[in-house]
Amino acid sequence: MTSAVSFKKVSRHFGSVRAVDAVDLEIAPGEFFAMLGPSGSGKTTCLRLIAGFEQPTAGSISIFGERAEGVPPYRRNVNTVFQDYALFPHLNVLDNVAYGLMVKGVGKAERLKAAEEALSLVRLPGYGARRPGQLSGGQRQRVALARALVNQPKVLLLDEPLGALDLKLRENMQEELKSLQKVLGITFVFVTHDQGEALSMADRVAVFNDGRIMQVGTPEDIYQRPNTRFVADFVGSSNVLPPDFVQRYSGQHRWGSLRPESIRVSSATSGDGVAARLVGTNYLGATTRLALDADGLRLHAVVPAGTSLPPEGEAVMLTFNRDSLHLMDETA
Amino acid sequence: MTIAAVQSNPAPAILPGSGGLRGALSDLFWRRPKFLLTLMLAPPLLWLGIVYIGSLFALLAQSFFSIDEFSGLINREFTLKTYGDLFQAANLDIILRTVTMAALVTLASAVIAFPIAYYAARYARGRWKALFYLGVMLPLWSSYLVKIYAWKLILAKEGILTWLLAKLNLLWLLDAWLSLPVVGGNSLSVSFTGTFIVFVYVWLPFMILPVQAALERVPGNLVEASSDLGASPGQTFRNVLFPLALPGIVAGSIFTFSLTLGDYIIPQIIGTSRLFIGQAVYSQQGTAGNIPLAAAFTVVPIVIMGFYLWGAKRMGAFDAL
Repeated sequence: MTSAVSFKKVSRHFGSVRAVDAVDLEIAPGEFFAMLGPSGSGKTTCLRLIAGFEQPTAGSISIFGERAEGVPPYRRNVNTVFQDYALFPHLNVLDNVAYGLMVKGVGKAERLKAAEEALSLVRLPGYGARRPGQLSGGQRQRVALARALVNQPKVLLLDEPLGALDLKLRENMQEELKSLQKVLGITFVFVTHDQGEALSMADRVAVFNDGRIMQVGTPEDIYQRPNTRFVADFVGSSNVLPPDFVQRYSGQHRWGSLRPESIRVSSATSGDGVAARLVGTNYLGATTRLALDADGLRLHAVVPAGTSLPPEGEAVMLTFNRDSLHLMDETA
Repeated sequence: MTIAAVQSNPAPAILPGSGGLRGALSDLFWRRPKFLLTLMLAPPLLWLGIVYIGSLFALLAQSFFSIDEFSGLINREFTLKTYGDLFQAANLDIILRTVTMAALVTLASAVIAFPIAYYAARYARGRWKALFYLGVMLPLWSSYLVKIYAWKLILAKEGILTWLLAKLNLLWLLDAWLSLPVVGGNSLSVSFTGTFIVFVYVWLPFMILPVQAALERVPGNLVEASSDLGASPGQTFRNVLFPLALPGIVAGSIFTFSLTLGDYIIPQIIGTSRLFIGQAVYSQQGTAGNIPLAAAFTVVPIVIMGFYLWGAKRMGAFDAL
């Protein structure tokens, strides 16, 4: 099957800066694909390469099997939802949404009808006559989405679309985007630096760092079986364990990772386990996050709220299942 | 500073006033910010209201007086006779000629200014941006008269332009142009074409700067969004860049249009002997001594600019401000 988007050894260098460095990537049609990474990791540049705003320095990009190098953005059947929405301030909402159809020469009545339908799709019916400046952040976001979707793109690119929204709205939009993607069956490529967002929404996630892809996999793969220290650390604040520590429990001299929720904390001072000191507690509502100091190694544990805990500064004993200790591919 | 030092800080929570007139004034201004604003705005408003607008109205009032044709004295009684004189065919010619010139100069300035402003707003950074500002502003720092006389030399029959065209074997082109009616003449320096070239040269910075400021405010991602939605560069220009730059173009055109309407030096030095409004005002109030007709002539550009701004507003040129 042809990939929706295929990168073969794609690089994009800005002078001496390697924004994207020999990236290989296959995105399947109809997939919800997330590009996750810290700022400056190359994820947005990858998105811009797909959109056509950037051209690769080396390598080849194809979209549904067709070569895309040298093809300008306006000849790609790919649409983008921009980070700050990029709505046209001089056009009303309906004309904004109809813009793509207008430049393609679709008749006025037809394109306004399609735009109205797209607005209903994002649950903003009847907002057409307003100006973008009169809308809230969440509404602008929906208009930007409608403006992209009305063109029925082969691939929809979303550049941190939820970054500017508050938490509650963001959670709503996450669910909506996901169900919208299921209904429409369009390939979504989603850029975010929020690991929770990537894990909860995407079918597959690519973790970026320094212009390279560190790992591609399902959210579960990425979360449970990170292959490098970077991925373990970036995706969900895992405890990264040094090879010497790991060797004591697994017999292998490799870097390991341990999820904070896999650590059990007891106030016993003797017996099996890792002796540690409780340094701090953060109450998070459903859970409590503990900062622990195990002989100079800083660890975090997450325990259910209501667990009885010794006071801060006291000695505790940590235990965990050997199975939950994940060994990473990265060599020591 | 140690924590102990912070905790034992003996300073009071409310500091005493600094005393004296300055301290009292500072406190007064802080408590009554509008008082300070009034003090600051009163002198310029008085200047604007009395010296500036007042003299303009005095001038307008003159246009409703008339001149006694035998004695040459001004008859200070309200009459529309002067406006009757204004709408004689010869004067209408002057008005039409000036307005046409102003419109053409404005159009040419906009066409030339846009790419320069676009480059400066979108691409020029750091040193290049400084060079842009210097390049645009430099002509404004030198004497207007010197520039015009320099142009007279450039455009003269023995001037560098003729010489250059001769070297390029393009003299036939210049001759063909100069043999055209209205725009032609003996040489560029005594033709309307010459007047036009110098007008565009002199007012161009007044168009470039506002257009550049308008384009600077257009976020770059709007251009990307337009392209992303399938618009070719031409469509992006028509549907996004031009509408958003329009307030700047209108602001610039107000300068180029009104400055051309009122100027009397350029057409006097470079061009034909046929008059422009500014020259008509100059000769009416000077040699002819007909102050009312001169005043009536100055009303023309004011009225035209009034309609111009009204039209621009109706076109939505100020909506994006």
